[in-house]
Amino acid sequence: MTEIGLGHYLTLGAVIFSIGIIGIFLNRKNIIVILMSIELILLAVNINLVAFSIFLGDLSGQVFTLFILTVAAAEAAIGLAIIVVYYRNSGTIRVEEIDKLKG
Amino acid sequence: MIAHSIFFYTFSIIAVISAIMVTVSKNTVHSVFFLILDFISISCLFIMIGAEFLGMIMLIVYVGAVAVLFLFVVMMLNVAQQKNQWFASESSSGHIPVGLIISTIIFFELIIVIGGWKYKPDLFDINNSVNNFSVSNTHSLGQVLYTDYIHVFQLSGMILLVAMIGAIVLTFRKRTGVKTQSYLNQISRERSEGVEVLEVESNKGVKIDD
Repeated sequence: MTEIGLGHYLTLGAVIFSIGIIGIFLNRKNIIVILMSIELILLAVNINLVAFSIFLGDLSGQVFTLFILTVAAAEAAIGLAIIVVYYRNSGTIRVEEIDKLKG
Repeated sequence: MIAHSIFFYTFSIIAVISAIMVTVSKNTVHSVFFLILDFISISCLFIMIGAEFLGMIMLIVYVGAVAVLFLFVVMMLNVAQQKNQWFASESSSGHIPVGLIISTIIFFELIIVIGGWKYKPDLFDINNSVNNFSVSNTHSLGQVLYTDYIHVFQLSGMILLVAMIGAIVLTFRKRTGVKTQSYLNQISRERSEGVEVLEVESNKGVKIDD
């Protein structure tokens, strides 16, 4: 229980980032959970930026966190719209059954 | 300072547990709820650390807009009751060790980066952080955002506009067989296709609608 410093926040960001990566790789359910994992990864990046910005006394980290927030909102809107269109066309959004591109 | 530690550990443990629950919970609606809990606890951390404007924006944007959007889509697509088949289906079990290996490697890389940064303290001087408490966080962010970063700010507005139009265009569906009013057809009528002037000869009449 030492003083909470920069390392604590960076470790929290690393943990949440890794959980997001695990969520992308291990998810067998549907694409929406993958989008949520991407949101978690962006959240971890935001934690890192805000922690550096506070502890280094530089405000540009928080400004870029604002821009990341904007891009994350736009990405969520577009991704969910694509998911809705795909569901309307093919009737499923399960990860295993989306193999039209044969990737 | 002990209160600071207690708050930090409380919020971060809640955030980590809810992040795990986002990925492992069987019901997608529960995943969305845990995502909301995660955002709330992280924004509490932001407010505690001194970035109160970002914490509030995070609450408004994520909890108020993005998470509700996720909830709408989950409820609209009727996928909430699909069973989670992580460890049950044998066709996908090859992904699990690969995912675990990659994420642990990434985690330890990040830890190594943090540790190396911590044991090299002369890279940045941490203690010269200028905490100017006479100006609030929102005020100082506004001073920087509308002067130095004005072009990036306008660009992010354009990104939001493109995202909005793109989402509308993607999900817009033209229905056939429905009688609707077409403004374009109405206002683009010409006189020549609507009215015709005929000379009527006596005792013969006019043929209508042939």
